[in-house]
Amino acid sequence: MLRIECPFCGPRPETEFHCAGDADRRRPQSDAGDATWADYLYVRANPKGLHRERWVHSAGCGQWFVVERDTVSHAILNATPLAHATGIHEE
Amino acid sequence: MSAWRQDHGGALIDRDRPLRWRWAGRELKGFAGDTVASALLASGEMLAARSFKYHRPRGLIGAGLEEPNVLVQLGSGAHTVPNLKATAIPLEDGLAASPVNCWPSLRRDLLALNGLVKPFLPAAFYYKTFKWPDWHLFEPLIRRAAGLGRAPAEPDPDFYEHGYERCELLVIGGGRAGLSEALALARQGRDVVIAEAEPFWGGHRKGAGAQADADLDALVDELAALPNVRMWERTLVFGAYDHLSFGLRQQLGTAGDGLPRERLIHLRCTEAVLASGAIERPLLFSGNDRPGIMLASAGEAYLLRQAIVPGQRIGFAVNNDRGWESALAFLQRGIRPAFVLDSRPDPQGEAVEAVRQTGVAVHLGTQVDTARGKGCLRAVRTRCPDGECAFACDALLVSGGFNPVVNLHSQAAGKLAWDDELATFVPDKAGTSGLRAVGRAAGDGLPPVPPIAVPDPEDRRAGSIFVDYQNDVTMRDVALAARESFSAVEHLKRYTTLGMATDQGKTSNVIGLAVMGRLTGRSPGEVGTTRFRPPYDPVTVGAFAGEACGDRLDMPRRLPAHARHVDLGALMMDYGTFLRPAAYPLPGETLEAAIEREVRAVREGVGLFDGSPLGKIEVHGPDAAVFMDRCCVGTMSTLAAGRCRYTLFTSETGIIIDDGVCVHKPDGSFILGTSSGGRQRVFAQLEEYLQCEWSHLAVTLVDVSDQWAVLTLAGAQARAVLDRCGVEIEISPDALPHLGFAEGFFAGRPIRISRVSYSGEVSFEVACHADLADRLAGRLLDIGAERGIVPFGIEALDVLRVEKGFLHVGNETDGTTMPQDVGFAGPLLRKRADFIGRRGASMPVGQAPGRKQLVGLESRDGRKLPVGAHVRIPGGKGSDGWVTSSVLSPTIGRPHALAMIADGRSRMGEEIALWDLGTDNGGCEYPARIIEPCGFDPEGARMRDAA
Repeated sequence: MLRIECPFCGPRPETEFHCAGDADRRRPQSDAGDATWADYLYVRANPKGLHRERWVHSAGCGQWFVVERDTVSHAILNATPLAHATGIHEE
Repeated sequence: MSAWRQDHGGALIDRDRPLRWRWAGRELKGFAGDTVASALLASGEMLAARSFKYHRPRGLIGAGLEEPNVLVQLGSGAHTVPNLKATAIPLEDGLAASPVNCWPSLRRDLLALNGLVKPFLPAAFYYKTFKWPDWHLFEPLIRRAAGLGRAPAEPDPDFYEHGYERCELLVIGGGRAGLSEALALARQGRDVVIAEAEPFWGGHRKGAGAQADADLDALVDELAALPNVRMWERTLVFGAYDHLSFGLRQQLGTAGDGLPRERLIHLRCTEAVLASGAIERPLLFSGNDRPGIMLASAGEAYLLRQAIVPGQRIGFAVNNDRGWESALAFLQRGIRPAFVLDSRPDPQGEAVEAVRQTGVAVHLGTQVDTARGKGCLRAVRTRCPDGECAFACDALLVSGGFNPVVNLHSQAAGKLAWDDELATFVPDKAGTSGLRAVGRAAGDGLPPVPPIAVPDPEDRRAGSIFVDYQNDVTMRDVALAARESFSAVEHLKRYTTLGMATDQGKTSNVIGLAVMGRLTGRSPGEVGTTRFRPPYDPVTVGAFAGEACGDRLDMPRRLPAHARHVDLGALMMDYGTFLRPAAYPLPGETLEAAIEREVRAVREGVGLFDGSPLGKIEVHGPDAAVFMDRCCVGTMSTLAAGRCRYTLFTSETGIIIDDGVCVHKPDGSFILGTSSGGRQRVFAQLEEYLQCEWSHLAVTLVDVSDQWAVLTLAGAQARAVLDRCGVEIEISPDALPHLGFAEGFFAGRPIRISRVSYSGEVSFEVACHADLADRLAGRLLDIGAERGIVPFGIEALDVLRVEKGFLHVGNETDGTTMPQDVGFAGPLLRKRADFIGRRGASMPVGQAPGRKQLVGLESRDGRKLPVGAHVRIPGGKGSDGWVTSSVLSPTIGRPHALAMIADGRSRMGEEIALWDLGTDNGGCEYPARIIEPCGFDPEGARMRDAA
């Protein structure tokens, strides 16, 4: 039962959250090739050690934030609000 | 020759409270403070169990949770519990227990014949035998012969609870080390919880002597008086989890006193102390499982706690000073051991001296070689410097050293270190687990021992030298595992099942890996331990469920107008999260007849449906239209104000996750509609992209699904009914056409009307505030009565939509279905804006030939086509698709079905054969023909007021 410090609500048990995996993937442009999109959709690293992950406090404030967690010891180093995310470029 | 009880002593028993209980149908006696184990010994029941595989006669070897042999069936009927350790059951008046795994009795167990075929049943024999001609022939026999105990056949009548606790300091174990540590920190004002699995405090020192007991009592009294200390006995910490969270099993009431039987406590602390003590190791010799052979610490515990003496002629076989202290404890209580054997040639300790001075026969440098006796112990043969000797005895107390109880430390990812002096694993000092070990759990106060003595593995008696008692694993089995290259410790465990029983190897793990080490030239430290996993001792399944059972496991929600539906005679059923009307059968009407009647009523007149669970997500802000385009498959930015549009929703991989109708309100905002079941996953996806991907868009989302009820009027008479209900909205075909939207008032409260049709008839989805639902429904039914209005349920709506070929996400779609498979290829092509799933749907897999596509099916022989029936590939193997929805259509007058079939759109008119498993699993075929999904009014004229 991980103890996660939501940047907005404080420390809460992991059952209040949902994890969406790697925080550093960037959504490719829609005209990027199949290989780029396949990589974005399906391929994940599985690092032993520090991992930056996106979590959402679904049973609380509903905000997304980034957690740095050690996948071996489960120690959580920090939890920070999202920096301004990049997305689709304006046409 | 058997165990007996002294007429004085016993720190835990109350001789003023005698109890009567039943064992295997016979009435026996005991005292309050006995366990079933100590009461068995007091009655001289040395033969108390039959082993799992070979049905060998067994007796108690332990006094606590480490007991591997004597498992019992407690109670009967609904309250019966199988496979409880006799050592862990407090004796109560009227208790009934029986042995497991023997028939017809312990003494005459027919399955002991297994012992004759023992050479053919080594470890992992079932991987190599019982194959020819067919494994399934042997399976029922083996299942009957295997296993222990009987599971109850009735639901558990007891109830269980979950507790949630926090503290600063958790002390695991209420022996002297734990209590002392707790007191030191409690005096500093820390908030302390002490958890002790036994019903008494003091651990192995309980009853050790008047002074020791007085000290213990003083310690307990001082702790109990402190307001910042909680003392929980009968509470086992069974699991250590992340970030200093723990699972605790608290045993509470007995039947009928109104308390939960067990409480499962989720506890989090800021500091944890492991004071779980240590468990003694048995010795390896031929016949080391005879009844009468017991751990020295267990013999001592029964003596101190319940005044039990294990036999008439008691021998000791030890390799450490603590074993001599056990012998001394017997001498101090007037019981003279017949002999003490020590494998060490020259032990020097205080207890050794004290025992020797009493003149007890002592043999040094001597190890037990064989235990003799048929059914129970009669003598031991030894190897000593002078050759071989035999010693008569009916009880042998053995001590091979001690293993600290490190399970929780290891569960919390703590590392272990092999200690050569103690010949055991101790928690490392680096604090890797977050638990701080104290006392014997840390190895403090444990006696030094020589290396674990492993008899010659080539010895022909290796098959009678037991390593794991509960699973009947012998040295021969470990040698077999080594020969077959299963020498890694995790392989050793799985191949031989050593350490996999209810005792989880508490007396066998370390010995087992020492044997494997000897066979493969490694020290036990090099062999290592297997991963420890919770629970430390079995926890009742009901305790994990807690209150979440029966109706409370998955409580369905109620519609705002629930009471009205019940009044109307609805058959309420659980549809996903909500309790909804399946249909409204009239008295004496079958469900099928009700559904048909409701379908006809909607097609021929007017019906009323409660669609309140539909998802409604308001999208506000200047960028609302842009955001809608990015989240929907359909284009929403071109939707005129006051209009609705149907759309699919896809995940980034292009897979359909939901569908719904969206509304563009006159004020510029949108209402994004989802299905009743999909609202949470769609809302979560919208929020994720808004926060993580497109945070620069000025958009706010509000989920108002629960705030708005929806009542749908459908049928040719729908407008006539709505017109006279006092709804302040213009609803003529021109003012509010199909796919139009309007807002207004009813009874002074705001309402919204969407012209959306899932039935294919003229349809008004009227949304009002949830608290108004009953009143509005009542009004519509009253006014509609003269038009023959009929309330209709989910089943009728399903028939209506299947007749129209409208998909239902989850029926026609699965985890592979993309928009182009269900007729959305056109909108996909025409849409300019990027959206979630756009690129995913255009990946090669989404464009490949042979993708399953939505079609209709006509039954060629008049039978209703079974959902899930597969399309046979003519002359080939495998399936071309399957039937997804199927109804008997009163409207069309014959069965109509929908299916997903490979390349279905280009196979219109094709005759196919469907194959279904059938009710008798025999399989049957149905002839069918591929047709358009819509079987009625393909132009949609009826719902567009154009019929």
